[in-house]
Amino acid sequence: MLVLRKFLRDIPAVLGLAIVSAVVLLAVFGPLIAPYPGDITAAHLARRLQAPSPHFPFGTDDLGRDMLSRVILGAPGALEVALFVVVVALVVGVPLGLIAGYTDGWLAELIMRVTDVFLALPQLVLALALAELMTPSLRSAMLALAITYWPYFTRIAFAETRRLRTALFVDALAGLGASRSRIILAHILPNAASALIVRATIGLGFTILVAATLGFLGMGATPPDPDWGLMIAQSRTYLPGAWWYALFPGLAILIAVLGFNLLGDGLRDIVDPRLRRSR
Amino acid sequence: MIRFVLRRVGLAIPTLLGLLVITFVLIHAVPANPATALAGDDATPAQIAAIRRKFGLDKPVYEQFGIYLGQVARLDFGISAFSGRPVALDIRERLPATLELTTAALMLAILLGVPLGVVGAVSHNRWPDFLLRTLSVGGLAVATFWLAIMLQLLFSMQLGWLPLRGRLGLGLAAPPGPTGLLLVDSLLAGRLAVFWSALRHLILPAVTLSLGGMATIVRFTRAGMLETLQKDFVLYERAAGYGRQRLIWIYVLRNSVVATVTQIGLLFGGLIAGAVVVESIFDWPGIGDYTVQAILTGDYKVILAVTLVIGVIYIAVNILADLALAWIDPRLRSE
Repeated sequence: MLVLRKFLRDIPAVLGLAIVSAVVLLAVFGPLIAPYPGDITAAHLARRLQAPSPHFPFGTDDLGRDMLSRVILGAPGALEVALFVVVVALVVGVPLGLIAGYTDGWLAELIMRVTDVFLALPQLVLALALAELMTPSLRSAMLALAITYWPYFTRIAFAETRRLRTALFVDALAGLGASRSRIILAHILPNAASALIVRATIGLGFTILVAATLGFLGMGATPPDPDWGLMIAQSRTYLPGAWWYALFPGLAILIAVLGFNLLGDGLRDIVDPRLRRSR
Repeated sequence: MIRFVLRRVGLAIPTLLGLLVITFVLIHAVPANPATALAGDDATPAQIAAIRRKFGLDKPVYEQFGIYLGQVARLDFGISAFSGRPVALDIRERLPATLELTTAALMLAILLGVPLGVVGAVSHNRWPDFLLRTLSVGGLAVATFWLAIMLQLLFSMQLGWLPLRGRLGLGLAAPPGPTGLLLVDSLLAGRLAVFWSALRHLILPAVTLSLGGMATIVRFTRAGMLETLQKDFVLYERAAGYGRQRLIWIYVLRNSVVATVTQIGLLFGGLIAGAVVVESIFDWPGIGDYTVQAILTGDYKVILAVTLVIGVIYIAVNILADLALAWIDPRLRSE
């Protein structure tokens, strides 16, 4: 309860939680909320490129589709990609980090060297190369992002395990005859979880951003998907006239990513009181 | 110090080798077989076999890797499918433009980010601090490609203050300078019109690119300053009557920048990734723009060569950051 009260006093973190909740609600109930849920695929050429008005608060695009509806309907896709990437990265990265952190041998060495190489490359560039070689599609983009993101979690799991491995309670457990897998899974993992959750929260926001970039470059979602990055790419032909076409999908990305980042920062403050109010 | 430099460079060798293995595996382990890709969809098995022989794809894997290492050592990355020129030549011509852009963005991020971080720490939990914290979290959440388009929309299309795209105005020739950096070469050649045009073209892309890095630098500088301000020596120096400004901007700052400098090295990766997007939007003729063109035309040789070059630059910059750290903080040298 103390933790909860502490969290609620942190205004930016609460704001982050509110934004994340709103994005999740929009993603789940989007088709019910969006004024024109059919505008994923529909085309109404008679009302193309209309400026924002009470009828179409975010204006319409080059096929006369309601931008507000399309921005709302873009939320499920963005969340889906982010969740897939972060979950796969966690599932692959954390066990490797635990193994490398708890053991000393060629396997641990190999895991950390591979991790270093992946971290030595900008994620976007590596993901672009991978997605391109797998023939560009939304699935390739998601896989490429997951393949390039797991090392970040391996690093954290490794550092946490190394820190905990020499802790007194781990020695005590080993002395009591607890098996290695029991120590790692039941005792070290829960203690490392908070650092991983913080990173995963920020990772969700970060992945939304990178996935939107892939969509913008034509390496992710394909028309007529209501993808935020893709919408901005399509809008470029109609600038500067149709400014609303580029503006609103970008604001959606900004707000969604901001939500996850604020929430992640807030969680970090709770998890690590030493850093409280400093970063 | 020399031993430290050697050891740090030595540490990078396994990473470099790993990078070569990854790019090699990317060529060979990917579903879209390069031989099939080169021969086209309607190639006969005999044609594919011929191409496999021609490019050595029928040899054992370790032998192919040896050949690949040899090619990389000779900087032989093959011929680009869309420019029809050697990839290495294209990269060499385009690299200075990318370096000019990323360096300008990094300078901007440091020159604004560090002082803003100091201001944030000094005004801890008052309005400048809140404002800066909000802006720095926001700066990390903005999509670079969107920011670029919004700045173009406002400053080029609406206000007409700055050029929309390119690196130099029409009718101006780049001076044949030694560095390839337009700002430097034009000054060396004494051509102020070129310098002015290059500077105006640089502003929007550099500002776009610097924002994310600036946000990170503000955060880390602020955090480092807050930690140092708690130290006993600060209290002592204040008691000893050191001027407040001198104390903050020299003694406290120097003891606070360790984390920031490490971050600056890591930031460079983000800057290069950002350059891919920013260059393609502003038609900036660097390797980022080249990468996007290669992606659009499916030119995998260019993509792999660029991945390798970017990896090497990134490794080199991080070595430089570590050396800078050792120079700032002598304790790190003896580790």
